[in-house]
Amino acid sequence: MRKISPDIITEKVRDALIKSNYSLDDSFVGLLKKARDKESDDLSRSILDDILENQEIAKTSNIPLCQDTGIVVVFAQIGREVLIEGDLDEFINDGVRQAYDEGYLRKSIVDHPFERRNTMDNTPAIIHTKIVEGDKLTLTIAAKGAGSENMSKVIMLKPTDGVKGVKAVVKDAIFKAGGKPCPPIIVGIGIGGNLEKSALLAKEALFRDLDDKNSDASLAKLEQELYEEINALGVGPMGVGGDTTCLGVKINTYPMHIASLPVAINIQCHANRHERVVI
Amino acid sequence: MKRLHPPVSEETLRSLKAGEKVLISGTVYTARDQAHIRLIEEKNLPFDLKGAVIYYVGPTPAKENQVIGAAGPTSAYRMDELAVPLMKKGVRVMIGKGDRSKAFQEAMQKHNAVYMMAVGGAGALLASRIKRKKLLLYEELGTEAVYALTVEDFPCFVAYDLHGNSIFAGDRK
Repeated sequence: MRKISPDIITEKVRDALIKSNYSLDDSFVGLLKKARDKESDDLSRSILDDILENQEIAKTSNIPLCQDTGIVVVFAQIGREVLIEGDLDEFINDGVRQAYDEGYLRKSIVDHPFERRNTMDNTPAIIHTKIVEGDKLTLTIAAKGAGSENMSKVIMLKPTDGVKGVKAVVKDAIFKAGGKPCPPIIVGIGIGGNLEKSALLAKEALFRDLDDKNSDASLAKLEQELYEEINALGVGPMGVGGDTTCLGVKINTYPMHIASLPVAINIQCHANRHERVVI
Repeated sequence: MKRLHPPVSEETLRSLKAGEKVLISGTVYTARDQAHIRLIEEKNLPFDLKGAVIYYVGPTPAKENQVIGAAGPTSAYRMDELAVPLMKKGVRVMIGKGDRSKAFQEAMQKHNAVYMMAVGGAGALLASRIKRKKLLLYEELGTEAVYALTVEDFPCFVAYDLHGNSIFAGDRK
């Protein structure tokens, strides 16, 4: 067994959250620049310019990219040979607490659907754990804003609706969301499983690297087709029109009941704050 | 590009066209969901809403050498119904992001008010145009408290104008 100290977990979570709230990944900035150069609409291009300038100012002036510093979502893959003495959730939440305090991030979590008292430290995080082979702990961490999350949905299709049905509901959701989820967006789609599994698949899809190609050829094709068709919708940056609605589409699937075709759509805004740490 | 100095007159508002960039300099008031609920009932407003600009924002905390933290717009649709009583009290410009309901647009026309969009997610860029911040009401709401912000060349786009036009692609289809 390989022992991992709680302090390391807390420290890595804290650092990942501060880093991702203040700077975008270089490859993602590259995608934004490419989109800006290709954008044919003047207004849309000026908005993409603002988004690019924003990430520069965030770095140089030490201000978070966006005021919605999110709810923290963590996928923890725990190697079978890893020994963690104590409560992993607690160590992660300690990291969240430290990040939102020391990083001057907005504490956006309330404790109750109606009483809505702020928990004052941005905890609890939403933590998904999975036991895997090996002696490493892999934490994939996101600070997820509500603007894009609120435009996400699950639809229970009929199996005979097929690819055409999936495309239709995805495009409908994105068109109706318009500028609200802060396009250009990334679209995570979960197909299969049941109600909750499809939602989890969609979230996992959003956590995939943007250059990660789907290993299933038909799904890779569907990702590419949806990428093109979503951009052809003309929603555009912040909903004002143009060529740039999405920067990526990722689809994850799981087996399902013969009578079911669940489809979940999870949207990520252009402030794409993800980090992966391997301990 | 137009310049706007609140409080805004009806004449100025009439001249604005959807899609046009506007730089605002002067005072704007912050209010989100919870502050709207309270402002609607508020009997002793310490500021004048006549011709006022409301900015839908919940900033991150400021560091010692900063006026404000990240301060981009939040989704405006959540305030669609709550905005109407404030327009009745005199609010004439609302700044947020994303499209809004038909009912809101009708109320906006009725009260000669304009909806503007700031770039969502551009929290650092927009913060750099905010020069002063003064707490006015509801400190207990934290980030959702009402502040008077003094802004300089604060960049917005006219989203819905007084002539029934919209900046949003979804409204043009």
